[in-house]
Amino acid sequence: MADFRPRIVAFLCNWCSYAGADLAGTTRKKHRADVRIIRVPCSGRVAPAMIVKAFEKGADGVVVGGCHPGDCHYVSGNYHARRRFYTLRKLLDFMGIEEERFQVTWCSAAEGDKWAETVNRVCDLVEGLGPLTTFREMGEAVSSEMREIKKVADE
Amino acid sequence: MARIGVFVCHCGSNIAATVDVRAVAEAASRFPGVVHSVEYRYMCSDPGQKMIAETIREKDLTGVVVAACSPRMHEPTFRRLAEKTELNPFLVEMANIREHCSWVHDDRGEATAKAIETVRMLVEKVRRNSPLEQIRVPVTRRALVVGGGIAGIQAALDLVNAGVETILIERSPSIGGKMAMLDETFPTLDCSQCILTPKMVELSQHPLARLYTYAELDGVEGYVGNFKVKVRQKARSVDHDKCTGCGLCIEKCPSRVPSEFERGLADRKSIYVPFPQAVPDKPVLDRETCIWFTQGKCGACREICPVEAIDYEDADEISEHEVGAIVVATGYDIIGRSLYGEYGYGKLVDVLDGLQFERMCSASGPTSGRIVRPSDGEVPKTVVFIQCVGSRDDSKGRPYCSKICCMYTAKHSMLYKHKVEDGKAYVFYIDVRAGGKGYEEFVNRAVDEDRVVYLRGRVSRIYERDGTLFVKGADTLSGHQIEIRADLVVLASAVTAAEGARELGQKLRIISDRYGFFTEAHPKLRPVETNTAGVFLAGACQAPRDIPDSVSQASAAASKVLGLLSADELVREPLVARVNEDLCTGCFACEAVCPYGAAERVKREDPRTGAEIEKAYMNPGVCEGCGACLPVCRPGAVDLMGFSENQIYSEINVLTESFKVEDEAK
Repeated sequence: MADFRPRIVAFLCNWCSYAGADLAGTTRKKHRADVRIIRVPCSGRVAPAMIVKAFEKGADGVVVGGCHPGDCHYVSGNYHARRRFYTLRKLLDFMGIEEERFQVTWCSAAEGDKWAETVNRVCDLVEGLGPLTTFREMGEAVSSEMREIKKVADE
Repeated sequence: MARIGVFVCHCGSNIAATVDVRAVAEAASRFPGVVHSVEYRYMCSDPGQKMIAETIREKDLTGVVVAACSPRMHEPTFRRLAEKTELNPFLVEMANIREHCSWVHDDRGEATAKAIETVRMLVEKVRRNSPLEQIRVPVTRRALVVGGGIAGIQAALDLVNAGVETILIERSPSIGGKMAMLDETFPTLDCSQCILTPKMVELSQHPLARLYTYAELDGVEGYVGNFKVKVRQKARSVDHDKCTGCGLCIEKCPSRVPSEFERGLADRKSIYVPFPQAVPDKPVLDRETCIWFTQGKCGACREICPVEAIDYEDADEISEHEVGAIVVATGYDIIGRSLYGEYGYGKLVDVLDGLQFERMCSASGPTSGRIVRPSDGEVPKTVVFIQCVGSRDDSKGRPYCSKICCMYTAKHSMLYKHKVEDGKAYVFYIDVRAGGKGYEEFVNRAVDEDRVVYLRGRVSRIYERDGTLFVKGADTLSGHQIEIRADLVVLASAVTAAEGARELGQKLRIISDRYGFFTEAHPKLRPVETNTAGVFLAGACQAPRDIPDSVSQASAAASKVLGLLSADELVREPLVARVNEDLCTGCFACEAVCPYGAAERVKREDPRTGAEIEKAYMNPGVCEGCGACLPVCRPGAVDLMGFSENQIYSEINVLTESFKVEDEAK
């Protein structure tokens, strides 16, 4: 476990958190390099399925960065996102993904520090949880079972 | 077949010092679809751009990834470049390997691995980009200004003087707003009406201005550049085409009611012109109090009118107008009287609000400029001014500063001392906030020259005993409770959003903050725009604001409108939602979440049954491209151009492979 490096995927709102991450760069706020960033127009654009897909595809943690409540560039996108993610977290637990692996942060374009801290915090947290295996193993098991069923059905 | 070009920038040493750019270019050359991959010192420089342009042509590229700084920095640069080479600009993406990578990491290996993966994700994305055309919408060169106070007047004047036909609507019978009520203005003590009325007249006489007074905005449809607005002209019962403004009807009218303009300190008639310099200078009939309308008799005004302008049958009229842009300048009100029972507000007649005191000071006001006690007409020898009544008071739900009160209280105290030289003026304050050109000096002048006594503390109670007012408060600097025997008390009541502002905002699809003030698109960088394209804000409808600020904001809003109306067509980024009608089930979940009202219903014929069904249509002129409609669309019929499902999922999908790259690197 000592050499485990978490793999984090971040969906960042173009107007706030993405720009906040830019600001972290401009102000040279060093942070861990384990995050991969996907730029989206709004946190409200992020469908729960995208987060699950990221976990399936190898992410050990997922972060969504949106505008502070009340500050959404598109009026209400972050509120929709917040409601969706609240439900999703419960569902993740059911799916064998620890809730903590999925984090939401409200980080404005002025909060470069906050973004850098969020990256470090989430990396540490996911590092503590270890690699996401259960969910993917279960996925593999289901897939092979489906293949079996198909094979039987085909015969 | 995709033919992608990857261009990795060194950004001098900004990227190259931390990221092994050669390794990135080398790795990218092996990604599926990539036919060309190079690194270069400065991609944004002339030679860099030239190289990209030449490569696009030579290699006949179908997509470009520039791995350099943030797309927020140079995406427009490289998209413009693509346009020149006839590659659709939306086939260019940027991989952010500077702000998000080289500048925030120290370890060269880690940073390089991250850069490679970032490029990999963007290559996958760009392979799924589709060429998009700029959306062009026609523009109506006409503007609407809602509200006829100083902000609305200034915005309208700027617009008409620039040659744009402008409709201004004002719900009261005259333009002029709150500024028309003021006596003198801080920090110069120049006469408010003397500087305002010339503007009112100039606007009313301008050939491009159309004023609708005693009118309201009834409805708004359409979108930026193409609004259709309905204006309700309330029934005036006076035909302004016939009326000469002689005023005989007003003289004859037997019905007296408290004047709104004089804040209840004087009466007006039921048929009235709110103040002598009103524009238009012709009366309206207030049907709520008119004897003809309430009791069915009288008719004095109709009898006396020499030109038969009085029309009791007059009805509200709705007119429709097409405008390209809207400026909202609906101003403010002050906090209701009932909230401060402890200050006897509204019960004790010698307790006035700031606007009442203005009217009293005004030479054209109810007392012709004499400061007197409303109760007995005596000149008050002691006046107590109380600041922050309702402002900065969390317990009353208004933690904000009303901004103008410190200055107008200083002004009031000076006006009083100038008129009653042997009088005593006390001001209770929390802090004196005098930020502005000449403002601090102005407050100091009140203290030093006019000997106004400033007491730091709140007033707990005002009560009356034997016809005298007592003001009980704390002087927190000396630490003493004090009680002042006052002849008159003036409250600096909190500035609130104008009555009906929230409803107006809903019509215009602009948002209000929790206090009812309209919210600007960005607090710093887009202060006069709203989140609804084509709707702009001016003056105190956005936040408490004094005259200089309101005027500058009005001019700023006007210049934004002029910019918008300067072209025949509006060009918008085509990053908008589109509906696949074959998949749309007509559930309209999109309509419920769309903050802009872009989701429209279109009628279609069911191919099987022939019945009429409804499908969603995203109006590209209205859609702002947030993508909120995507996660709620169950059949997956909506997609967002530029951030499509395919594009984002491809970025996610490539992660598995990317992470393998990382593993191998270790």
